[in-house]
Amino acid sequence: MLNNITMGQYYPVDSKVHRLDPRVKLILTIVFIVAVFLAKTFVGYAILFLFIYGTARLANVPFKMLLRGLKPLRLILILTFLLNLFFTSGETVWVEFWIIRITKEGFLQALYYSIRLAFLVIGTSLLTLTTSPVSLSDAIEILLSPLKKIHFPAHELAMMMTIALRFIPTLLEETDKIMKAQMARGADFESGNLVKRAKAMVPLLVPLFVSAFRRAGDLAMAMESRCYHGGEGRTRLRVLKLTRNDGIACLVMAGLLALIILEGILL
Amino acid sequence: MKSDTRIRLTDVTYTYEEGAAPAVSKVSAEIEPGEFVAVLGHNGSGKSTMAKLLNALYMPTEGTVLVCGYDTKNEEYVWEIRQRAGMIFQNPDNQIVTTVVKEDVAFGLENLGVPTDEMIPRIESALQAVRMSKYADSAPHMLSGGQKQRVAIAGILAMEPSVIIADEATAMLDPSGRKEVLETMRRLNRQKAITVIWITHFMEEAAQADRVLVITDGEIRLSGKPAEVFDQVDAMREMHLDVPHMTALAGELRAAGMPLKKGVLTVEELAEEVERLCPLKQST
Repeated sequence: MLNNITMGQYYPVDSKVHRLDPRVKLILTIVFIVAVFLAKTFVGYAILFLFIYGTARLANVPFKMLLRGLKPLRLILILTFLLNLFFTSGETVWVEFWIIRITKEGFLQALYYSIRLAFLVIGTSLLTLTTSPVSLSDAIEILLSPLKKIHFPAHELAMMMTIALRFIPTLLEETDKIMKAQMARGADFESGNLVKRAKAMVPLLVPLFVSAFRRAGDLAMAMESRCYHGGEGRTRLRVLKLTRNDGIACLVMAGLLALIILEGILL
Repeated sequence: MKSDTRIRLTDVTYTYEEGAAPAVSKVSAEIEPGEFVAVLGHNGSGKSTMAKLLNALYMPTEGTVLVCGYDTKNEEYVWEIRQRAGMIFQNPDNQIVTTVVKEDVAFGLENLGVPTDEMIPRIESALQAVRMSKYADSAPHMLSGGQKQRVAIAGILAMEPSVIIADEATAMLDPSGRKEVLETMRRLNRQKAITVIWITHFMEEAAQADRVLVITDGEIRLSGKPAEVFDQVDAMREMHLDVPHMTALAGELRAAGMPLKKGVLTVEELAEEVERLCPLKQST
């Protein structure tokens, strides 16, 4: 559907995982997060790793793509590891030097926390890599729709996401155009220190904002003239249907959760 | 319910702010079913305001606008009116809502609550009517301006309107895009008997309509067949509106004493007239 543009992280290939119902994938991701928190030993983490690896293979997503998701988080990962390493109290002291005290318990806990964090990120990127943003916003709308009873704007939220996705390329194009226009007038976006560069962005951002507001006004009028009146009484072109594979996916996840819980009890 | 597909404006006045000069003042007009009417005027002449009055986006300050028998002032009928009188806007980018062409065509149908099974054939035939079936699964931002406008037309067409109002739909397009959009609308007008209200400032486009309404300072000054309207060269010039080159040339020739008939719009027509008056000698 969105083959010709790269938006978000979506990795556009066809696979059994890609074809799963986005609602199911979203819920299973949440279950997976719970499983990650329940796992307490290295056996548990090994099971989770095998699951991630297997799913990635099934989804035709290269494992490298998953690891790439960790890159922006490496600082937090390292920090988590170091903080837990130094500040966890324990019995078995491995190294003691000046005010630094490294214990076996501290080391293990540092390792556990880092692994957990990494698994959380990898698990959720598995969702965003295999689900297009449009179907993800569909899933969010449907899953949140019971909350409409307490006036939660589920439909409006999904509509906002759709419109945002629709206008990202348009606004990018416009940014490029304005940037070139300002450069032709002698603007310099590339040199100088941080403050200077931030100041140089002003002549870019002001016209962009003005135009975005004008677009919003136009779009609102066009939507109204096409009978848009909120989510009430609206039908949908894209209807989500559960298939047998969705059932299988749920079973696999249930099995994983059971294994993790069992591991917690037995080991 | 389709018995009355007429659009009728009676003494319509519209003022944006109290005390300001009216954008549209005391306009009365009637548009027959199946007509292709061009509304011609300068920037700020009130032609866009008039378009928005026809779609119940604006309510007249005074007077009444009847669209297909519904009064636009009656809020109950707003959706009926908007379904029957669809509107295409100027900026092709700012009227496409979703990230896939066929979903955008579906947008109006979703709003009307049309069941999904019924939607699919309606989308297909609408896309076919504007010759965009090939692009059903494309992303809108990959299309040209003319193609985007055709998608917008398809989005209206799927709602099965009896009137389409195009508010300067070609103003932001290149010449080839302009041609493809105007041709699409003319074809829909002929084949599906859809009434078209074509708001524009391009003379050549207005010349192709069944009837032209010339609007200046919120008033309809001239109305009639394109040939009749454009023949009033002086009146048009007074309103700072051009006439097609050939009509102007024919007017000059007539003033110089050549008895050309009235209503010349194109090069071919003028050539024919000149030949009628001074036939080419057969060379022997």
